[in-house]
Amino acid sequence: MRLRLVPAETNFDFFRYRKITMGASIASVIASILLWLFVGLNFGIDFRGGTTIRTEAAQPVDVADYRSAVESLDLGDVSISEVFDPTFGDDQNVSMIRIQAQEGQESVAGDVIGQVLAALQAIDPSLKFTSVESVGPKVSGELIKTAIIAVAAALAAILIYIWLRFEWQFSVGAVAALFHDVIVTIGIFSVLQIRFDLATIAALLTIVGYSINDTVVIFDRLRENLRKFKTTPLKDVMNKSVNETLSRTLMTSGTTLLALFALLILGGDVIRGFVFAITWGVIVGTYSSVYVAKNVVLALGVKRDWSKPTDGGGGAGTQFANIDA
Amino acid sequence: MLQIDAWKRVLIWAVCLAGLFFAFPNGFYSKVEQHNDAVAEIEALGSTPERVEEAASWPDYLPATLVNLGLDLRGGAHLLAEVQVEDVYADRMDGYWIGVRDALIAVREQVGFVERIPDAPNGELHVRISEAEGMPAALAAVRAIAQPVVSVTSIGALDIDVSGQGDRMIVTLSDDEKRATDSRTIQQSLEIIRRRVDEVGTREPTIQRQGVDRILIQVPGIGSAEELKALIGTTARLTFHPVISDRATSGTQTGPGEILVRDLEDKDQFFLLETTAILSGEDLVDAQPGFDQNGRPSVSFRFNPSGARIFGQFTSENVGALFATVLDDEVITAPQIREPITGGSGQITGNFTVESSTQLAVLLRAGALPAEMTFLEERTIGPELGQDSIDAGRIACLIAFGAVLVFMVLSYGLFGLFANIALVLNVGLLFGVLSVIGATLTLPGIAGIVLTIGMAVDANVLVFERIREELKTAKGPSRAIELGYERALSAIFDANVTTFITAVILFALGSGPVKGFAVTLGIGIITSVFTAIYVTRLMIVMWFERKRPRTIEV
Repeated sequence: MRLRLVPAETNFDFFRYRKITMGASIASVIASILLWLFVGLNFGIDFRGGTTIRTEAAQPVDVADYRSAVESLDLGDVSISEVFDPTFGDDQNVSMIRIQAQEGQESVAGDVIGQVLAALQAIDPSLKFTSVESVGPKVSGELIKTAIIAVAAALAAILIYIWLRFEWQFSVGAVAALFHDVIVTIGIFSVLQIRFDLATIAALLTIVGYSINDTVVIFDRLRENLRKFKTTPLKDVMNKSVNETLSRTLMTSGTTLLALFALLILGGDVIRGFVFAITWGVIVGTYSSVYVAKNVVLALGVKRDWSKPTDGGGGAGTQFANIDA
Repeated sequence: MLQIDAWKRVLIWAVCLAGLFFAFPNGFYSKVEQHNDAVAEIEALGSTPERVEEAASWPDYLPATLVNLGLDLRGGAHLLAEVQVEDVYADRMDGYWIGVRDALIAVREQVGFVERIPDAPNGELHVRISEAEGMPAALAAVRAIAQPVVSVTSIGALDIDVSGQGDRMIVTLSDDEKRATDSRTIQQSLEIIRRRVDEVGTREPTIQRQGVDRILIQVPGIGSAEELKALIGTTARLTFHPVISDRATSGTQTGPGEILVRDLEDKDQFFLLETTAILSGEDLVDAQPGFDQNGRPSVSFRFNPSGARIFGQFTSENVGALFATVLDDEVITAPQIREPITGGSGQITGNFTVESSTQLAVLLRAGALPAEMTFLEERTIGPELGQDSIDAGRIACLIAFGAVLVFMVLSYGLFGLFANIALVLNVGLLFGVLSVIGATLTLPGIAGIVLTIGMAVDANVLVFERIREELKTAKGPSRAIELGYERALSAIFDANVTTFITAVILFALGSGPVKGFAVTLGIGIITSVFTAIYVTRLMIVMWFERKRPRTIEV
């Protein structure tokens, strides 16, 4: 007896509530942008400069003590939080201390860090500093720029690739879905105030990669079915394609999520933000492949006179489509 | 029908075996690392019983390829330094002043008195001449002393720009020369830093240029970034010694006032030198690559006035003898004194190429950092944190692996088992490739591997689902398998190319840990497509040939 996530034959009408799903997608994108603009993101030091210190001690962390020790140095905005994680042992009491970039300093001042470490060590001599990271404001500005370029470049490259392999409508649909995924992920980071750093950008690009993977598989089936069913309405062909690939979509998302949940729970707190972003992205990406990408293609319409699959060079959109036959 | 040529089968299995062969030392990480370190030490420092014993902890006939662990996994310090390249321009202009003055004195009738204006902007030499009408002659005289820029990219360009405003003449470095100077400044800083870091003998430090004027320094195993900064800030020790013997060995006895120094290039050659140095790096003001009268690459150097006097005296008294240039207790060069060198500058000729003379000039100047450095980024990761991350990552990997394996068998039965074998091979291949190319595994890189484990089955799932569909149209199992592979291929191809594009962009624009992630993701895509398309298919075909089943269930 085989495990089946969906019955062998499905016939869901994915476009029945398309106004609702499309509306929900648009609403969540707008909400995410508003959150991003008005609530803001909890940028890590990669993007806004400053210093983070991770401490580990056998005794429980007394945030108030730490705070009074660091604040006496008059370093501006200081945030101190205790870190909890199921992977920690009983004698692992971890805290994160973040100090803003110091006014008027382009680079990292080693003596400031030294003062902070000494002040903390005075409270608890057994305190260990498992990581100390400092980024100057000059670099953090550049990192933001690079991050934006990276995401934009990925979207542009995918837009062009899908355009070459399929049709421009597919390309627009795919990129709309990716845009949705990226923005909604930024939105959840804003809501939950999870630290947003360079690793998060890597996660965003991974989401882009995963989501496009999913979208392309359904597009591929759609392309095939469009050749097969030349007169069936576009909406029905799409529904058929999504249903036919549903089992695969859920299998792949399932195995990926299995792996990611293992990492999310057991991978430790250092990469939890990163893994959370990817996990969220896989879920959103699976949704958007069906509900955003297809809806956009449906709204734009596609040309219906696809050449036969065995026939090479049949129109601009298919000229590369047979290289893998 | 289902057919795979024999040579293809051999090739596929050979690739898998090669991957596993290179991957498996990673399973015995600390042992292999000990072996590799010991081997490197024996090569560099000579053999000792302990080193030989450590080297023997891992047999020589087995591969010793390892994935490098990134700083976030191993612990260590990371610094991003910006070199203040403009600092050097001012020194260069001071150096030109003498030449400019001499050139102007030679045309004194036209230009009158010559005086340097002290408050010129940084990196500019301003000179006032008393006869403003003589400016054209002054400009011509100074332009005549301009030298061609020594660099590969700017052929025919001169090193200084000269212009006149009324009675004021302005000399600056030309843009080409500035570029060449900047490049030299960075090269020199890199060289000095590398020497400094190597001195503490840590494993595989990364010291590389980033962008125009930055240097990235990553040193695993060092206590903190502050320690690293202190180390890099230390000045180099450059000394010049009279040579007593150039045929010494490591066992040569030293008398009073004598010192045994090893050669930089040839580790077996030793020099017996006088302990007291004639001059030190502090007496040197410049060293530049150049060409001798015969057009062969050489290195010219210049001492400060007191150094020049001492050097002149020494060389006149010791024509025919050798003198050694020693940097950090290693002899860089020990040329023969052919004639007294009294001008305070000299030229070292020898068996140089343009690269090696440039290199030597860099070394000669490596006495002190050429320019100040500011630190833009510093990170210290404690080894405990790295170990915690490795442990957590390992557990997560195993659980993810187990879960996916069970899930696949439950879903696809025997075919799921094939996919699982392919998945194991995939991870093996991934580690093999990472080890062979010497890639660095970072914490996000581990996440990349876990993600690959989850996604690697995708290609198999696509194929299996397709085979199921083809079976419904009842063309017989062999045809269904063939069609399944054929028709799933375009989806597999497109899906993976697009993901690969994002990995490439991440690699190009990312840094540090993010780059590590991009590498594992990118290689993971390639190995997973290979295992899904070739390995699983080969297993299915081989099974099919043996069993010849009438019906199959996927």
